[in-house]
Amino acid sequence: MNTIIIAVIIVSVIGLIAGLGLSIASKVFAVPVDEKAEAIRECLPGANCGACGYSGCDGYAAALSKGETTDTALCAPGGNDTAKAIGEITGLAAGEIKPMAAVVLCQGHNVNAEVKLEYQGVKSCKMATQIFGGPKECIYGCLGYGDCVAVCEYEAISICDGIARINPYMCKACKMCVKTCPKGLIEMMPLEETKAAVLCKNHDKGAITRKECKAGCIGCMKCVKACEAEAVKIVNFCASVDYEKCTGCGKCHEVCPVGAIDLVTLIKA
Amino acid sequence: MKIGLSILLTAILTENFVLCKFLGICPFLGVSKKLNTAVGMSSAVIFVMALATAVTYPINKYLLVANDLEYLQTIVFILVIAALVQLVEIILKKFMPPLYNALGIYLPLITTNCAVLGVVLLNITNEYNFAQSMINSVGAGIGFMLAMVIFSGVRSRLESCDIPKFLHGLPIVLIAASIVSLSFMGFTGLVDGIFG
Repeated sequence: MNTIIIAVIIVSVIGLIAGLGLSIASKVFAVPVDEKAEAIRECLPGANCGACGYSGCDGYAAALSKGETTDTALCAPGGNDTAKAIGEITGLAAGEIKPMAAVVLCQGHNVNAEVKLEYQGVKSCKMATQIFGGPKECIYGCLGYGDCVAVCEYEAISICDGIARINPYMCKACKMCVKTCPKGLIEMMPLEETKAAVLCKNHDKGAITRKECKAGCIGCMKCVKACEAEAVKIVNFCASVDYEKCTGCGKCHEVCPVGAIDLVTLIKA
Repeated sequence: MKIGLSILLTAILTENFVLCKFLGICPFLGVSKKLNTAVGMSSAVIFVMALATAVTYPINKYLLVANDLEYLQTIVFILVIAALVQLVEIILKKFMPPLYNALGIYLPLITTNCAVLGVVLLNITNEYNFAQSMINSVGAGIGFMLAMVIFSGVRSRLESCDIPKFLHGLPIVLIAASIVSLSFMGFTGLVDGIFG
């Protein structure tokens, strides 16, 4: 009986001392917490993607609470809901975020693109692009080693037939892939609207482009002539579409001889 | 002196906690991705191990053994270690926030790191005195750090290797860990050879 009581006393006294010590330590070494920043941080998605231009969600929350920025619409992954929530906490006007999704502007998959060398190095686009611009004949096209797949926090990107493809359902428009792609092939496009997109970034002359890829833009000017909204222009033998002006009529898509222009409608679930 | 040195070398090399006794595998696999977090984590473990030994040794000797309560060792030691880890966490949060963020969940997990509990219990089973216990626990901590540093090097090499797809992630890490562990088995008999 006695031993049980001693055991109970010893364990509870040790527990008491440890508890007291900890509570004193937490008072002495307390870190001041900015409650407003904490509340804003709760609203943010927590992907630390850097789309807002700050070091991460913590950085953006701190900047908002300190008043360094008054723009509540910087968080693209969070969208309008997040902007509204931040607006409620900070008292600032909730900004409007136009929903966007990323698109890979290349059709140089295993069938279309010609290969010039066999690459056996590290499986990274950044590495491969340093060796003669990558294994494909076209030095502008997607290499398909998945640097963008690795940075995507939302698993929206996959490699199909040797090129990256982005699922608009999963894309949160954080632009991590846009920053990562060494070829600069990924662009943001508006959601829920039909727009013409030139799925090529090849700036070689038409004759060379034809040898490199079956779906490469040869700069034939047909789309420029066909467009009634003057949204298409050709710079350095490659067409590009101004999504602001594009009406999505599809005339450029019809005249394109190589099928480099496609009508894209990104639909969010 | 000779005994102290032999205990230290035994704890670091021949009886390495991670690679020979397989204690503390969770942080070993979890935090060994980068060298700097590996070093930070193992420094915290060394600190906690030394502190835990310093606190548990007198508790064991003057409270438990004196009252014939040796059977309480495990539960009391867990209590003490948990409190100590909380203390380390509070201090780290105050003075080294980057390291605190880098360690993340693994810092509170030192609480349940069996290497820490293992070292204080082994000190008692091996009947070390206070100085020997301290040497053993610091040695065990250094051994943990050695394993973490070596393995973070191995893992950074793994990153750039062409690994078969079905071994991606944890499987290849476990295989690499077993090979590193095998190499540490080669130290068997080393300390006896030097000091024997």
